[in-house]
Amino acid sequence: MAFFEMAKTAILTTLKSPATRRYPAVSAKVAAISRGRVTIDPSRCISCGMCMRKCPSGAICVVKDDKTWSIDRLKCVVCNCCVEVCPAHCLVMETGYSPSITVHEGIELVHITYVKPERPPRKEPEEKSEQG
Amino acid sequence: MSRRIIVPFGPQHPVLPEPIHLDLVLQDERVVEAIPSIGYIHRGLETLVAKREYPEYVYIAERTCGICSFIHGMTYCQAVEQVMNLEVPERALYLRTIWSEYSRMHSHLLWLGLFADAIGFENLFMASWRLRESVLDVLEETTGGRVIQGSCKVGGVRRDIPGETLDRMVGDLAGFERDFKEIANVFLRDESIIARTRGVGVLSHGDAYHLGAVGPTARGSGVAIDLRKTGYAAYGKIHFKPVVETDGDCYARCAVRVKEVFSSIDIVRQAAAKIPEGEIEVKPKGNPNGECFSRAEQPRGELVHYVKGDGSRHLVRSRIRTPTLTNVPPLVKMLAGCELADVPVIVLSIDPCIGCMER
Repeated sequence: MAFFEMAKTAILTTLKSPATRRYPAVSAKVAAISRGRVTIDPSRCISCGMCMRKCPSGAICVVKDDKTWSIDRLKCVVCNCCVEVCPAHCLVMETGYSPSITVHEGIELVHITYVKPERPPRKEPEEKSEQG
Repeated sequence: MSRRIIVPFGPQHPVLPEPIHLDLVLQDERVVEAIPSIGYIHRGLETLVAKREYPEYVYIAERTCGICSFIHGMTYCQAVEQVMNLEVPERALYLRTIWSEYSRMHSHLLWLGLFADAIGFENLFMASWRLRESVLDVLEETTGGRVIQGSCKVGGVRRDIPGETLDRMVGDLAGFERDFKEIANVFLRDESIIARTRGVGVLSHGDAYHLGAVGPTARGSGVAIDLRKTGYAAYGKIHFKPVVETDGDCYARCAVRVKEVFSSIDIVRQAAAKIPEGEIEVKPKGNPNGECFSRAEQPRGELVHYVKGDGSRHLVRSRIRTPTLTNVPPLVKMLAGCELADVPVIVLSIDPCIGCMER
């Protein structure tokens, strides 16, 4: 049993600078792999819908016919699952957290601008000359 | 003899981080009986198992609890791996051990802070949480998430910790240990804390055992149950002793948690020294067909995950039993006969996690 056990910590705390950051002036502390928010590069999305199928919270919706990719920011749990499964690597996990929702109900709609490159015309197989 | 009155405690109460309701039957200032009622934040997470594919359910299993999330994910993965007969690489098991111990440290520091706050020691609360930040920083740097790590998957782990990062983490632990010693001294020796916790909410060894207490609540009463001793993940290759106190009061439960932080530091050091090189995951083949119970030691006690699969991508049934649920009957026992002013301290001393309990 002892008195003033906390005194040393308390005195040192008053002498030290604050442990917290003055946030808007000093940027928030993030690591290189911090999960902040998912963003999409619409020029590379091939509308395969893998992200929609694998999303554990059902936040992503891909409509192939309309060429749209939408995410419900309020549903998204920032798990990095869609980024991992994306075969075209068009989804990126940014380190900064998402700003406050400004879109109605939090759904963010992106129009996919990916254009499928035209395949080079197939070479017609040369007709074999009939023998005999 | 004065008449009995009932005082409702919770679900909203300044000292409770989460909603649980207790009807306290009082006679004068003394609690005669406590009647708990739960069910304020049931989310139906177990039902979701049938709607998600089994690899994706890890994310949901993890979100059962916001504090011991990694251990929830790991226990679920262990259960599925057992069903599918997957041999998890050694390195992945060690990484799971390291992250589990960091989770334990951050959970115990969070609890120590809340406990200090409950007994009115605001300064100590701030000091504990400041120290907790350094643990969270390590978790964020190695997994990408502060409290929801998302680094466990069926068959291994998602991310590796590079050798130099691991060395730095172990190096930083020395400073962390030194800072924590300062706080631990206050928790274990300070006059005001001892006056507020010693002899309060006593749970005898027999009651702790028969009422099914788990984790620090059981170990504070002298029941040496520590699931880590069963040797899941890499715990079988690490030497440690379960921390046991015999008094069974709030002070003993606090002391168990303080000493467990030191034990966690030691386990991380041992794991970092023994971790082998190699693969961090194996690809699961096929779908789970069968059922399994998997157990692990959460910061709050024994966690049980049950899964049942029928050979499809979706599991049929999942059941999660969290430590808080089994710690409620001992809590009711502790509350009987205590003073009204001690109720917040006693309720907090079992480290209640209601979100976890109701899933």
